Amino acid sequence: MAIPKVCGIETEYGILVRGGESNPVAASSVLINAYVNDRSRRIDWDFQDETPGVDARGFSYEDALAPEVESHLVNAVLTNGARFYVDHAHPEISTPECSDALQALVFDRSAEEIVRLSMALAAPLLPEGAELLLHKNNSDGKGNSYGCHENFLVARETPFGRLVAEITPHFVTRQIYCGAGKVGCEAPGFSASDVPFQISQRADFFEEEVGLETTLKRPIVNTRDEPHCDPQKYRRLHVIVGDANMSEGATLLKLGTTSIVLSMIEDGFLGSDLALAHPVPAIRQISHDPTLRRTVLMQSGRRMTALDVQWSLLERASRYANERGLASVGDQVGRLVLSLWEEVLTGLAGDRTSVANIVDWVAKERLLDAYAQRHSVPAGDARLRAIDLQYHDMRPGKGLSARVGLRTFVSAEDVSRGIERAPETTRAYFRGECLRRWPADIVAANWDSMVVDVGRDPLRRIPMMEPLRGTKAHVGELLESSSSIADLVDRLGA
Amino acid sequence: MAERLHKQRQTSDRTGEVSAEPGAATEQGEKLRAELDDLLDEIDDVLESNAEDFVKSYIQKGGE
Repeated sequence: MAIPKVCGIETEYGILVRGGESNPVAASSVLINAYVNDRSRRIDWDFQDETPGVDARGFSYEDALAPEVESHLVNAVLTNGARFYVDHAHPEISTPECSDALQALVFDRSAEEIVRLSMALAAPLLPEGAELLLHKNNSDGKGNSYGCHENFLVARETPFGRLVAEITPHFVTRQIYCGAGKVGCEAPGFSASDVPFQISQRADFFEEEVGLETTLKRPIVNTRDEPHCDPQKYRRLHVIVGDANMSEGATLLKLGTTSIVLSMIEDGFLGSDLALAHPVPAIRQISHDPTLRRTVLMQSGRRMTALDVQWSLLERASRYANERGLASVGDQVGRLVLSLWEEVLTGLAGDRTSVANIVDWVAKERLLDAYAQRHSVPAGDARLRAIDLQYHDMRPGKGLSARVGLRTFVSAEDVSRGIERAPETTRAYFRGECLRRWPADIVAANWDSMVVDVGRDPLRRIPMMEPLRGTKAHVGELLESSSSIADLVDRLGA
Repeated sequence: MAERLHKQRQTSDRTGEVSAEPGAATEQGEKLRAELDDLLDEIDDVLESNAEDFVKSYIQKGGE
């Protein structure tokens, strides 16, 4: 049986200070500090290794040493259960753990709003005349890429080799509806005149089929084995091959289709007959061909387009839903994803414009073409690159994606609530609510534990090894009736 | 659903156009076109004034 597809997204934003010294690390720190200092109290991230001990109930407590905190760079935990920090030279937000793709979309949108709030709070702290620019994109157009990673809970018992083989065709071809679009090309050996516009921001940067790296020789399937939960039962599949999306529909599809495909793999339902002969060249060839006509060679000797592969995956997913159900991805969300998946493939195969409200690269290409036509702009003109960048611009009023008619899938109320409050259906609820209720008593936190000060020695560490324990249904009443963190710890230990 | 998908796919392969609800699609297409026209009318106010400089100065460090 496929296990629940708990998921989340980590996004590194492009950052630039205009009219001042542009040190991206310093700028990221100013941005994030402005936000966390505006909140009641900054709670640091705890770098201690995961606790191997597993409590049958999902958590208990144990004595703790002082948490390992890297104090030179800001790294905070928020009351919505997210992590907001400086990663390399970018500000990064990891959403809290979410119980399905639609909830993860809400928290990805909330993360965007947190970035906008941070920009507003940081503005007065900048030197006179300086402006902070943030972009939710993945490349500067000059060969430098930064990531938007997804994470999915998968069963440890599923052999990893089979998982790699069977997920790869999806990772290579899902870009036809998840790609954010890019003007030009950054793959070695290609110029912008070879590829004036391509489907994906990221495809140019993938050089291996499978591996541990994320910054060099990036692999299509990343093997980082850091489950942040019970390692006997689970893996966290760390997906580095996606683009950051502005379109809510694209984010929903990216997470939703991948959750369903992973469930099919866990259940041995998918099969391996969609394996590609050469996945690394294929991911670029598909990205470099916005006509979607390019075929790629399969291991079987057939040639298929990315659309063919996606239709096959969707047909299997539909059969899977009928025969096995969609409990692992949430039944309602699963149905929504299947119908959107069908809608988007139908549109891509026929009237492309019909999916310009869902697919980022189609929306962007349409805008670029219309602009070029109206102003007789030649290919390669800087204005087209500027439009590409500004599609992802986070400044209110400057972001072009907000004006191209993208469809919304989540309510403004949910997004706004997600800025402060954690999802109620994962352990993020426990983390977020403890932070919200007793900020002065939480010393540090990370994904699978929290270190608290109960007012007497020693500090206590509360492990949270089960992603679906610590939900509102599980601990809501306990939190409500605890008068202090010490009281809570006593009750947990009782 | 799989059967329906298969039919749609054949249709799309043959004619290159598919629309389950032509009325709705047209209406949506018009709405998108109108929005795009509006955006093009005002885009020069929104776009960076010196695109060449802006694009040149947009340099990021690799991440992840």
